[in-house]
Amino acid sequence: MTTMPLVAEEHELHVADHAETHLAHHEEEHDRPGINRLGLWVFMASESMLFFAMSAARLYLNGFNGPDKGAVNLGLGIGLTLILLASSWLGYQATGAISKGKRRRAITALLLASLLGIVFIGGVGIEWRTAEFSQNSPFGTAFFSMTGLHVLHLVTGLIGLLLAANLIRKGQFGPGDHWGVTAVVRYWTFVDVMWLVIVFPMLYLL
Amino acid sequence: MTTAAAGVLPATSRPSRITGFFPILRGLLFAVIGGLIGAGIAIAIRSAMGADPFDRTPSANGTMPSTEQIVTVAFVFGTLGWLLGVGFWESTVSGWLGYRTKGVPTDWRRYLTVSEDHKVIGIQYLATFIVVLLIAGLGAMTMRAQLSQPGNTLLSPDTYNRIMSFHGIAMVSVAVASVMGSFGNYFVPIMIGARDMAFPRLNSLSYWMVPVVIASLFLSQLLGGWDSGWTAYPPLSVKNASGQVMFNLAIIVFGLSSIFGGINFIVTIVKMRAPGMGWGRVPIFVWSVLAAAFLATFFTQFFAASLTMVLLDRIVGTGFFVGQGGAPLLYEHTFWFYSHPAVYIFVLPGFGMALEVLAHLSRKPLFAYRWAVAALIGIVGMSGIVWAHHMFVSGMPNALLGPFMVTTELISIPTGLIFLSALGTVWMGRLWLTTPMLFALGFVFNFLIGGVTGIFLADVPTDISLHDTYFVVAHFHYTIIGGEIFALFAAFYFWFPKMTGRMLSERLGKLNFWMMFIFFNLTFLPMFWAGLHGMNRRIATYQNDLANVNLFISISAWFLGLSFLVFVINVLRTLLSKNAPRAEANPWKARTLEWLISSPPPVENFPSTPIVVGSPYGYGTGGRPHAVFALTGAADEEVTA
Repeated sequence: MTTMPLVAEEHELHVADHAETHLAHHEEEHDRPGINRLGLWVFMASESMLFFAMSAARLYLNGFNGPDKGAVNLGLGIGLTLILLASSWLGYQATGAISKGKRRRAITALLLASLLGIVFIGGVGIEWRTAEFSQNSPFGTAFFSMTGLHVLHLVTGLIGLLLAANLIRKGQFGPGDHWGVTAVVRYWTFVDVMWLVIVFPMLYLL
Repeated sequence: MTTAAAGVLPATSRPSRITGFFPILRGLLFAVIGGLIGAGIAIAIRSAMGADPFDRTPSANGTMPSTEQIVTVAFVFGTLGWLLGVGFWESTVSGWLGYRTKGVPTDWRRYLTVSEDHKVIGIQYLATFIVVLLIAGLGAMTMRAQLSQPGNTLLSPDTYNRIMSFHGIAMVSVAVASVMGSFGNYFVPIMIGARDMAFPRLNSLSYWMVPVVIASLFLSQLLGGWDSGWTAYPPLSVKNASGQVMFNLAIIVFGLSSIFGGINFIVTIVKMRAPGMGWGRVPIFVWSVLAAAFLATFFTQFFAASLTMVLLDRIVGTGFFVGQGGAPLLYEHTFWFYSHPAVYIFVLPGFGMALEVLAHLSRKPLFAYRWAVAALIGIVGMSGIVWAHHMFVSGMPNALLGPFMVTTELISIPTGLIFLSALGTVWMGRLWLTTPMLFALGFVFNFLIGGVTGIFLADVPTDISLHDTYFVVAHFHYTIIGGEIFALFAAFYFWFPKMTGRMLSERLGKLNFWMMFIFFNLTFLPMFWAGLHGMNRRIATYQNDLANVNLFISISAWFLGLSFLVFVINVLRTLLSKNAPRAEANPWKARTLEWLISSPPPVENFPSTPIVVGSPYGYGTGGRPHAVFALTGAADEEVTA
C-alpha cells in the first residue's frame, strides 16, 4: 500500500528513435487477413440489421398478409432469385481464378456477375412499373422500400465488382494477394443472401 | 476492401503528401459542386418522369416533395463531394481506381485532413465535440432564458421548439460519439498495446462525416428547421417544415459514422491486443468501449431505418406513418429499439472512464473487475429488450406494459454491479483528490440520483403520471450530464497531460469541478420537483405557480454554463501559454500502458510491441507490472518461457 509502483520510470524507454524501424515489424505482428475478414463479417452482420428492421416494419404494417393474389409476379421473382444465385456463383469463380493467377478468367467472371446484377435491377424495374398497388398502401410501402433498399445495396456491390475487375486489369491482384476481390465478392453474396432469405420471402412468399 | 489496393506503400519510394488546396476549403468547394450536380440530377429525373421539377403544390401532408427530393439528392452528392475534397480522393478513391495514393502531411496540417493516425483522429473528434457541446449548451442557456418566467415572449413557441430540437440532437451526438470517438480512438489502441486502429482509413472516414452532420443541422435552419425534437416522431415529422429532411439525412450520416466506428473498435479490440493481454487483463475502459461498440454496430441500423422511413414518406409518398395504413407507433418501436441502447452507448464508456480513474487514483485494484465486466456484457445483452418503457403512454397494447417494466427494472442489476464496483474501489483507498478524481466521484454521486429516479419512470403506474414532465428531463440529464459528461471531464483532466504533454491548472480544474457539481445539482434537482408539480417538457411556457422554481433553475443553469467557461479558459491558457507546466510521462503514477510512454505519445506509440505480464490495476499488491517492453527479439522467448 505504501510504495507506488515505478513501472513507468523503469520502462520509459527510447521511444522516438525506434519508431521508423519498428513500423513494419508492428504491421506484421497483427493478423492482417484475419482483421480484414472479421471487419467484413461484422459489417455484414450490422448491415443485415437494416434488413431486419425493414422486415419488422413490413410485418408491423401488413401483418402476415401477403399482397393480393397476382399483385406481384411470383414467376419473375423466382427468375430474379435464380439470376442472383448465378451471379454469386460467378463471383466465386472469379475469386477462384484470381487465386490461381488466371486474371483474364477472373475479369470475365466479374463482368458476367455484374451483368447479371444489372439484369436483376432491370427485372425489379419491370416489377415496379407493373405493380398494381400504390406506394401508399401498406404492402406497397413495404414492397417499394425493401426492394429499393436492396437495389441500393446491389448498386454499391456492382460498383465494387467493376472496380475490382478494373484493378485486376491493371495488375493489382494476384494469387498471393487478392483480398480486394474476395471482399467484394463476399459482399455481393451477402446482398444476394439478403434477397434470398429476407426480401424475397417477405414480399413474394408470405 | 482497399488494403490490398492501396494499403502499404512500396518501401523504396517516400509517399507523396496531400498538398494543393487547403483540404477543408477544397472539401467545401467540392461539397457545393456536388450539391449542384445532385440538384441537377434530381431536376433532370423529375423532368424525365414528366413532373414539373419546381412544382409548388404541397402534398397531402402539407410538405413540398419537389423541394425535398432535390434537397435529398443534392445532400448525397454534396456529402460525397466533401469527402473527396477533404482528402479521400488522394488517400483512398484514387487507389480504388488503380492510381497512386498520397499520404497525409506530417506537420500540424495533418489535423486538417484525412489523417489515419488514431491519435490525430481522437484529437479531431475531441476538438469538434467540445465546440458542439458549447454551441448546444448555448441553446440550453437560451431555453432557460425563455423559461425564466411563465408566458415569456423572448422566443416564439416555434423558435423555442427549434432551439430545443437542436439542443437535443447536438447533445445526443456529442454524447454518442465524443467519448468513443475522442478518448476511445486515442486511448483504446494504446491501452491494448496496438499501433493503430484496425482500419485507420475507415476511422478517418467516420470522423470526416461528422462535419457534414453539424453543417447540415445548421443548414436545415434555412429550410425552416425542425421542431420535432431529437426524437422526430411522426406524424409531426412527416408534416413539418422541410428542415426535417436535412435533419433526417444528417442523422443517417451520423449513424453511418458511428456504425463504422463501432466496427473498427470491435475488430481492433478483438484482434489487436498485445501479446499476454488476455481478456482478464484488458483495462475496464477498453471493455466498456467494446460493449458500446457492439451496441453502436448492431442497433444504430434501426435508427437509420426509422429515419429513412420518415424520409421516404416525405419524398416519395410511401405510407409508413401516414395515409391509409400508416402506423406512427411503428416509428416509436424502431426508434426506441435503437435509442434506448443508445443511452448505453453514452454511459458505458462513461462507466469505463470513471472506473479507470477511480482505480488509478485510489491506488487500489479495481474492485470486482470480473463482475464489472460481466455487468457490461449483461447490459449489452439486456439493452435490446427494454425499449418500450419509453412508450407506456403511447397506446401500445397493455399486455406489453408489464414485461417491459420487469426487463427495465432487471437491467438495474448489472448497472448496480458497476456502481458497487466503483464504491468498492474507493472504499479504504488512498484517494488522491485531484481534479479527475473529483469528477469521477461526482459521477458516482450524480449517477446514483439518476439511477434511483429512473425506477419511478420504469414503473408503469408512476410513469403514466410522470411521462413528458420535467421529472423525465431531470432524470436523463442526471444520467447523461451527471453520468457521462462528468466522466468525460474526469477522463479529460486525467488524459490531457498524456495527449498534450502539459499539465492543466489544478486550481482552475477544482473551480471547474465545484462550480459544475454544485450548479448542476441546483439546476436539475428542482426540476424533479417542477415535474412532479406538472411542468411539461418541450413547451415554451408553464403554469404561473412554478415561476419561482423556474427562475431559480434558470439562474443555476447560467452558472452551470459559466463553469464550462472556466474549463475553456483552463484549456486555452495551458495550450497557448509558453510556460505551462510540462507533463512527465506518468504524472498520476498509473499502471496502464498509455502511461509507460512519453507525453505526448510518439507516432508509433511504442518502441516495440509491449508484452503484458500482469493486471492493469495491481496497486499495492507488490506484484508484476502491467506490461514491459522488450527491445530485442529475445522478448518472445521470455514470454513463452
